[in-house]
Amino acid sequence: MNGVWTIVVYGLREALRRKVFAVVLLLTAGFLFLYWLANHYAFRDVENIQPPAGIDPRPFAGAFIFGLAMFATLFLGVVLAVFLTLGAVRGDAERGLLQPLLVRPVSRPALLLARWLGAVGVCTPYVIGVYAASMVITGLTGEWWPDHVVVPALELAGGVAIVAALSLLGSVFLTATANGIAIFMVFGAGLVAGLLGTIGHALNSHTLEHAAKVAAWIVPFEALYQDALREITAETTGLTGFLLQLGPFGGANTGGPGVRLWACAYLVVVALVAAAAFSRRDL
Amino acid sequence: MSALSARGLEKRYGSTTALAGVDVDVAEGELVGLLGPNGAGKSTLVKIACGLVRPTRGQAEVCGAKAGSRASLRQLGYLAELFRFPGWYSADELVALHQRLSGSTGGEAERSELLELVGLTEARDRRVEAMSKGMQQRLGIAQALVGAPPLLLLDEPTSALDPAGRRTVRLLLEELRGRGTSVLLNSHLLSEIELVCDRVVILHRGAVVAEGSPAKLSRARGIEIETDQGTQIHEGTREDVPRLVAELVAADRRVYGVRVLTSTLEETYLEAVGEEAS
Repeated sequence: MNGVWTIVVYGLREALRRKVFAVVLLLTAGFLFLYWLANHYAFRDVENIQPPAGIDPRPFAGAFIFGLAMFATLFLGVVLAVFLTLGAVRGDAERGLLQPLLVRPVSRPALLLARWLGAVGVCTPYVIGVYAASMVITGLTGEWWPDHVVVPALELAGGVAIVAALSLLGSVFLTATANGIAIFMVFGAGLVAGLLGTIGHALNSHTLEHAAKVAAWIVPFEALYQDALREITAETTGLTGFLLQLGPFGGANTGGPGVRLWACAYLVVVALVAAAAFSRRDL
Repeated sequence: MSALSARGLEKRYGSTTALAGVDVDVAEGELVGLLGPNGAGKSTLVKIACGLVRPTRGQAEVCGAKAGSRASLRQLGYLAELFRFPGWYSADELVALHQRLSGSTGGEAERSELLELVGLTEARDRRVEAMSKGMQQRLGIAQALVGAPPLLLLDEPTSALDPAGRRTVRLLLEELRGRGTSVLLNSHLLSEIELVCDRVVILHRGAVVAEGSPAKLSRARGIEIETDQGTQIHEGTREDVPRLVAELVAADRRVYGVRVLTSTLEETYLEAVGEEAS
């Protein structure tokens, strides 16, 4: 484990050097400030809204705006995860950085594990931190708190951990640039599939809903995100709950323990494929 | 037991054959030079030895352990032809990183010794990004020596060094030989190989085309004798000189000069690899 820990620290120092953290922290500060501003005006104006009967405007606005924050949190977490991992294998090998490490008695799977642990060790606290900050901003500004607090945070963090694993797998085959593009395209495709599912739910289109469900299982970070959205309004009922389900930050298509278990299994599968591919790769 | 033993090594990249059945041995404490034109398979051979490349066929062992296994990686130090160290590490930190990865317990004393060995004591706190290419190459040699591995694989270790730096490396190699470290030195610099290596292996198109000590490879090519009838080249070795001179004197020739001709390693190399030398 000493070698793994050494490479975890090595990867983090590399990220520090590339100013990845500085960029992300700056973006995060900007996001949280704008988010606070949005909350301030949204909840100020909610006071003047006369909604249709059966709709409670404060939970509706709170859940809607916090759903948006969760999307942004996931996106920022994914940016961080991808930039920490996109060149871990082929990118570093092409730059000649990887070979001196691999001729040490540290196995290739251990090196991949270390790079993943390094990324996850940074990204998951980051995601949970931004999630918590957004929740506190919405709670204090709008006096609305999510129905479930812990599970959505863990699911967002899990989604980012999956993206980090996919990015590491991609780095075995692709150059850093190609891998970054590929992962963001996969991430975008997952989100689009989720939105289509929400539209399908609103239109009562079983085909769209089914397609979105399949996509969510193929890329379970999307399923976890959808489930996290569902969790924050899990106990919101009536017309308010129904409207929130219509999205775009509703999410009711895929969820529950099955998705969480699948996400864990998915991580293991991605790890095994990445380890096998990396072990066979000539450098 | 050989420090490095390769038997029937083959490596194909698609339709390209990089190695076509190579047998190479590096004995304990032996310094073996690997020569060959670009694309001959030298770097592939070295990379197979340190587990970066998997052979298509055949096998390589490092100190009795399968090449690429953790047991084998504990026995070797490697400096790649194209390498880069993270720019934000100081020389001292980089060697410490490799100490941790290799499990070396040498600590501060080992770091100081290695940096002194490669002439980087003054630069131990300097960041890699602030070092010249030559300094980085010497630092690369220092990291390869972490843990005092019994086998050192050096792929073009002097390519970026000035003459003084090359001399430092040459002296270092001689010192390593004195300590019993085996070295496989891949270099284009024939003079360097000729000066320090116990044995030379010449690769061409993925196969060993010549092998032996520099002295053996630099074999006799005749005897040049200048007489009153001009200069002639006679077949033979140094041992034949007295006889040849006696015969010429007996034949009333005036002998003005005699020179034993030997081929240089360069000539042998060019002869072995033919027109493809580059």
